[in-house]
Amino acid sequence: MPASSPDVVTDFDLDQAWRKHPQVALREEAFGALAYHYGNRRLIFLKSPELVVVVRDLENYPSARAALDALIPVDAHGSYERALARLVESEVICGA
Amino acid sequence: MDQVTASTEETVEENSDVVEDLLVEEVSIDGMCGVY
Amino acid sequence: MALESPSLTDRFKLGLEAPICLTWELTYACNLACVHCLSSSGRRDPRELSTSEAKALIDEMAELKIFYVNIGGGEPMIRSDFFEIIDHCVDRGVGVKFSTNGTRLDAEKAERLAKSDYVDVQISLDGADAVTNDAVRGEGSYDAAIQAMENLVAANFGQFKISVVMTRHNIPQLDAFEALADHYGAQLRLTRLRPSGRGADTWDELHPTAGQQRELYDWLITRTNVLTGDSFFHLSAFGDALDGLNLCGAGRVVCLIDPVGDVYACPFVIHDEFLAGNVRDPGAFTSVWRDSDLFRSLREPSSAGACASCGSYDACQGGCMAAKFFTGIPLDGPDPECVYGHGETAMAKVAVELRPGPSVDHSARVPVRLGVSS
Repeated sequence: MPASSPDVVTDFDLDQAWRKHPQVALREEAFGALAYHYGNRRLIFLKSPELVVVVRDLENYPSARAALDALIPVDAHGSYERALARLVESEVICGA
Repeated sequence: MDQVTASTEETVEENSDVVEDLLVEEVSIDGMCGVY
Repeated sequence: MALESPSLTDRFKLGLEAPICLTWELTYACNLACVHCLSSSGRRDPRELSTSEAKALIDEMAELKIFYVNIGGGEPMIRSDFFEIIDHCVDRGVGVKFSTNGTRLDAEKAERLAKSDYVDVQISLDGADAVTNDAVRGEGSYDAAIQAMENLVAANFGQFKISVVMTRHNIPQLDAFEALADHYGAQLRLTRLRPSGRGADTWDELHPTAGQQRELYDWLITRTNVLTGDSFFHLSAFGDALDGLNLCGAGRVVCLIDPVGDVYACPFVIHDEFLAGNVRDPGAFTSVWRDSDLFRSLREPSSAGACASCGSYDACQGGCMAAKFFTGIPLDGPDPECVYGHGETAMAKVAVELRPGPSVDHSARVPVRLGVSS
């Protein structure tokens, strides 16, 4: 299925404080969650429960790096960093 | 030689697409076979 | 490290906690009598949900975290409590996208709609000029739709949608529709004609020809800003898949709540065969969505059936359930508009008079004359 081409991920700042965008509602499903942005009407699927926890808890950490260190096994950090970059692009998360 | 390089680069790109799609995917929500 | 992950499509096929797209027809009353009306609307049903029942349903949607509701009918703006209903949706955090013929969308209503950030509007139009449009929707309907668009623009509403049902007569107007949408700063939406409701009687003459389907696909594949409501995924067999989910979401991702609270798998199968329950039953909408026999069975993995040997099955998924049902084709058979012509072969095996008829028909008993919009 054609998807918008993923932006280059090198721009994501792991050391910045991030949070779930206030206009985004999360609805948990068995395999993750649906995230709907009431402003831009976009619907994003978060495909792991761990990613849902990261998105919800992000605002409680001084940086994305700290959140990943606390919540995600180290060998998955690369995948999660790329996921967070995509979530910035779709405005599911924003600067805190 | 050039061909081998090109296909390796393509594979790397495809892999990162696959990895990203494992965690985040955008859903087209225009009606989804609804009327509106 | 590799993460196990079925595709999004596979996950959706197994069902969700709540629909993503819920269509809610507020009334069967309508002041038009479009020849292809999927809900056979015209006359109000006396058992319509009351205002308080409607609000209770909205409260339930909010609890289910349904993000937005697609409102239609009949003509939803005919209900005297229309604004009370959509205001309640917004208050409860349920976004509203509603579809209208525009006859009731005067300047004052446009101003009122413009005040909300969470109400989206879609105007129905089936021809790029009055002759083409009114042949299907009735005399004066084109002018009324255009007037509604003018009213939205004057009220600074922002972007709205123009929604077109594609037929044999308007496929030649694709560029004209695009120009019309550009003129109003609107987003164009093209959707598929199904043989549903009154569409069953007119489908044979109105549905696009095989050549026109190809023309439509070739046009759509280059227009990433034109919406389709995922209604043309059967055309993905032509080549690259069109944008969207490319699967039938009925009972899995979407469903319909009709004006009397009946819950159907989708708006195009208003028929006893696809009736899952009623919101007035114990357990209300939530238990119909999660526990009804019909929806459970739709969420079972299904086989490709007659399409198993076709290389395009992954792309087209056997097409539209509603289109198959109302043309008498078995549900594991080909779509009636299968791009390879397998649907025509399948239809030829079923006498037209043996096709399922409507279970529900609210069509007006006398023809409707539009006249001057009120």
